[in-house]
Amino acid sequence: MSKNNTTQKRRAGSRWRTLLTPVMAIVTALILGAVVIVVTDTSVYDAFQRGFGAGLGRAVQVIATAYSALFVGAFGDPVRLAQGLSLWITTGDGRAWAQALYPLSETLRYTTPLIFAGLAVALGFRGGLFNIGAEGQYFIAGLTTVYVGYSLTGLPWIIHVPLALLAGILGGAVWGLIPGYLKAKTGAHEVINTIMMNYIAFRFAEFMLDVGGPMARGDGRPVSPVIQESARLQQFLPSNPNIRFNVGFILALLAAAFVYWLLFKTTIGYEIRTVGQNPRAAKYAGMSVTRTIVLTMAISGGLAGLAASTDILGVLRFMPNAFASGYGFDAIALALLGNSHPFGVILASLLFGALQAGARNMQAMARVPLDLTEIVQGLIIIFIAAPAIIRSLYRLRAIKEGEELVVTSGWGQL
Amino acid sequence: MNDNLKNTHQARTLGIAFLVFATLMLILFLPGTTGNQRTTFAFDLDLSPALPIGSLTFSTQGGIFLLAVVAVFLGAWQLAKGFKRVYPILGLVVAMFVVAFLTWAARDRSMNMTGMLQSTLLRAVPITLAALCGVMCERCAVINIGIEGMMLSGAFVSALVGSLSRSVWIGLIAALLAGGVMGALLAVLAIRYKVNQIVAGTAINILATGLTSYFSSRYLQAIPDLNKPPTFRAIALPGLSRLPILGPVLFTTTVPVYLMLLLVIVIYVMLFYTRWGLRTRAVGEHPKAADTLGVNVFMTRYVNVILGGMVAGLGGAYLVLSSVARFDELMTAGRGFIGLAAMIFGKWNPIGAFGASLIFGFADSLQTNLAILRVPIPSQFLLMTPYLVTMIVLAGVVGRANPPAADGLPYEKQ
Repeated sequence: MSKNNTTQKRRAGSRWRTLLTPVMAIVTALILGAVVIVVTDTSVYDAFQRGFGAGLGRAVQVIATAYSALFVGAFGDPVRLAQGLSLWITTGDGRAWAQALYPLSETLRYTTPLIFAGLAVALGFRGGLFNIGAEGQYFIAGLTTVYVGYSLTGLPWIIHVPLALLAGILGGAVWGLIPGYLKAKTGAHEVINTIMMNYIAFRFAEFMLDVGGPMARGDGRPVSPVIQESARLQQFLPSNPNIRFNVGFILALLAAAFVYWLLFKTTIGYEIRTVGQNPRAAKYAGMSVTRTIVLTMAISGGLAGLAASTDILGVLRFMPNAFASGYGFDAIALALLGNSHPFGVILASLLFGALQAGARNMQAMARVPLDLTEIVQGLIIIFIAAPAIIRSLYRLRAIKEGEELVVTSGWGQL
Repeated sequence: MNDNLKNTHQARTLGIAFLVFATLMLILFLPGTTGNQRTTFAFDLDLSPALPIGSLTFSTQGGIFLLAVVAVFLGAWQLAKGFKRVYPILGLVVAMFVVAFLTWAARDRSMNMTGMLQSTLLRAVPITLAALCGVMCERCAVINIGIEGMMLSGAFVSALVGSLSRSVWIGLIAALLAGGVMGALLAVLAIRYKVNQIVAGTAINILATGLTSYFSSRYLQAIPDLNKPPTFRAIALPGLSRLPILGPVLFTTTVPVYLMLLLVIVIYVMLFYTRWGLRTRAVGEHPKAADTLGVNVFMTRYVNVILGGMVAGLGGAYLVLSSVARFDELMTAGRGFIGLAAMIFGKWNPIGAFGASLIFGFADSLQTNLAILRVPIPSQFLLMTPYLVTMIVLAGVVGRANPPAADGLPYEKQ
């Protein structure tokens, strides 16, 4: 009984310690981000000329201004949130409360596509496949979704929305399936092929949407027509069009639940994980490695496609040319940060979504370029991928991980 | 036996492919022409020191017909007797197809072939340097996905330091150092911390994008004088620059281009004819054996990856100091990834990589030329060709691309 208790305790402790490394990675990256802000701020140098104390004070002030703007931009101003809430409770007027919630809604809006893209890469990682092609799958899915979204008319939303989402899934799945098939059949490494297909997708989308292209709007702008009313994803606050937060977020959570169920509760998921761990053993156990690889890449592509679908049906309403999203690389960071677990991906996406939403406010209020988030994201990847750096910085003990995750092998291996 | 069968099968397929190319020349390019149309290929450039050789004018239909007949002959020979080395012939037939296409495109007009070759070479420079960086790294088994980020760092630093020092040379050296620092980061992550190399490369891309964009919007955009670097002027080599065609293309150009040409040769010779090259290749193919024989695997990898990063930095400096004279955010625009493709297409060989880069550069320059000739082919499809060709090569349809055996695997000393 007591023995059982201690193992449970130890297990809980090790769970906290698995969380400790990512948390410290994030904190360290933010600290280094603060260093970048301070060393590029001329007012800090001026203050240091007046004296060390003044300089230090100014540095702290600069960091505080930038990061509080980041926080407010991501989660809202606590004072306004409290006032809005009390006004809503006392008078029943919810407008101030909704306005105060706007930053949080933006965070969730940015989180939505990140969850899909992160899940896409995470699923690939579990299957031993490195899908760098989320960006390309996003482009193709954007084209298929928006086409179904604007070309079909007279449908009720209950049919039109699922159709448009399905089109996105299919577009992304096809774009993911091709490198999967090539990997399984010819051994051509999926990393190279997905990168190549990113650029092919990019050029193809450019061709389709270019002025005079097959999907261009026809008014001289390189954008697609606007989707039908019936293809829109429902917004949570239709009365306030500024709030772009929409049903897509719920879909993203459902997708995460689906990936969890698929990976850990089904035979297919077991096969995906086995092929990812050891393709030779999988083959020996009678699994079809080829089929599993193709299937994994197709599902992964479909998930990346949903990122585009929810962006277009929920937020953009049309597809612009040169739609570079940067989700492809973000997604890799998310999958790593979330340890390729659907729940971890959600948490990681919330963090990145908050960074992206907050960075816009930080740029406007504190004049810190929003590219800072990219620096922070790059550092997070480095620290997550090389936990030894974090452990030696904070003198943490190494933890034995139960399941070693094979991210991908070299070019030559299959 | 089986191998032999496969060979005869492939030989027949290639013979038929030659005939298909011949037929395509006739069906695609003949119908739109009339008997009295003439095509002019010019060879002299204005303001060039080269000896003038005039231009070549011929009947459009006659030219296309002649090329098709030669292709038919080659195809028939291949089917009947077979060429000993068939891949050069395949290259010749593809080249003839391109010439037939140009003959058709330039009907009733004049096309300057020397100008086209010149722009092909110039567009190939950053791609070649990226590919050489890839060759340096992957020959010792370190996969480098971060070439793009290394180039971007080189470009940014060369613009900033070049503007500050008003010297192209100091700008160039700074770019080499910046590329080297990024290379060192990849080396430390991949070798010391044994981070998955694709993850490390991705982190470098994100970090470099973030850093260069951040500093660019903080400094280069705020203070325009910081983004006005001087540029290299073309130097005509005495004697050689007087050669027709080759003179203006190869021997009347800027220092980074000469450096690139030199590097192709130097890296080739170093890799295949020196002790360092033998060690590098041994480390890439079988690090354990190399270690047993007393080669320092870690040191070899560090040196190669850092030098590779410097080559990529030179590629970035070329973009700034030899062409546009300013830094723009994300100005490398995927050239690092095309370089990766060129490296694979060139089978991890410096000369091959240069050849592949020339083909990719040609596709790029053709695209602008066709716009001038008003040929109704969407430029996007031409820009897709490098990626498509790479996927085809990688899938083993034309020849097999075999990476170094240990590529991507961290080395653990026992």
